[in-house]
Amino acid sequence: MPVKVSDWQSDSEPPYLHPDYRSTVRRAPARELVRLPPEWFHELPGPVFGRVPVLPGDADLTQQHDGQPLGERIVVSGRVVDSDGHPVRHTLVEVWQANAAGRYVDPEDDHPAPLDPNFTGAGRCLTDGEGRYRFVTIKPGAYPWRNHENAWRPAHIHFSLFGPFLASRLVTQMYFPGDPLIPLDPILQSIPDQRGRDLLVAAFDPALTEPEWALGYRWDITLRGRSATPRER
Amino acid sequence: MPTPSQTVGPFFGFALPFAGGQDAAGGRPAVRIEGQLLDGAGEPVPDGLVEMWGGEQFARCRTDAEGAFNFTIVKPAPADEAPHVNVTVFARGLLRQLATRMYFPDEEAANANDRVLNRIDPPRRHTLVAHSEGAVLRFDIRLQGESETVFFAL
Repeated sequence: MPVKVSDWQSDSEPPYLHPDYRSTVRRAPARELVRLPPEWFHELPGPVFGRVPVLPGDADLTQQHDGQPLGERIVVSGRVVDSDGHPVRHTLVEVWQANAAGRYVDPEDDHPAPLDPNFTGAGRCLTDGEGRYRFVTIKPGAYPWRNHENAWRPAHIHFSLFGPFLASRLVTQMYFPGDPLIPLDPILQSIPDQRGRDLLVAAFDPALTEPEWALGYRWDITLRGRSATPRER
Repeated sequence: MPTPSQTVGPFFGFALPFAGGQDAAGGRPAVRIEGQLLDGAGEPVPDGLVEMWGGEQFARCRTDAEGAFNFTIVKPAPADEAPHVNVTVFARGLLRQLATRMYFPDEEAANANDRVLNRIDPPRRHTLVAHSEGAVLRFDIRLQGESETVFFAL
């Protein structure tokens, strides 16, 4: 039987409808979502992503062209676990981002900031046997997005992950600590719970920082495991 | 607490699609699925990403300027449910993915007994069943409004 989404959804997830983010108004479902027993749905095996190509070098976004991209070189690394605490091993992690000037290589992006011929901004890797991933990239720039007057997205890197279950699939964004645009961003602020928002902000990590080479940011990811599949409240 | 979702945004087309991504059949006898992703005003969603999967098959298609997508898959044969394909929708304006299913129009008896379809209000069940259009199956996804597609709570 359909139930109210509000009875089902945790405050750590954004709602579908968040009018401050204007694009949700015509795209959020208006009808109640149909709730299925987790053993019929959420806990079923997730998609098998093996056809998505992952090549050696795909995890270093600074080495995909003849020259070095402009910008602040960074290492972004962390551990992917499920909500039961188990590492998510050998799972696909896909990332994409704007360049240091805040411009995406995507032809749909018309922000008048320069493209960088040495930066595409897309990478892939698999987590290792302990659920760890690591990318080398450059710090993306902020960019304007016309959602409201003088709207700017905080610097962010998009992430896509699969995990073991249907309900583990996650597409999200990683933000940088101390970014003054964070409190103003309707996309991040759509998450009702401050703890949830904080989970999307990476930590500067001296241990990941490589001397004379790159700043390190640590960002751990928790995918939904069995303990996070919905239960009656 | 699980890491929260955020929108796929509008600018993923250079990153997430991959060569052959729409064809999970690998040359086996397969069905072609064509559809359109539409918003609450009936307008095409040109910056969406649709994933279809079932069993060992996984396919991904970015919508085009008309909101259109297509897939080639082998019809799955699950043991205890009517044949269906899992469908996941991402788009600018979707802060979290939407999950639904596509069922097959030539499986009336199995569909009538399917435990998931039977959880859905009868007037809305048709939104999950593709239509035969010649050699292809037509499966439109309406995010909102009249004939809104049934989505499942994640």
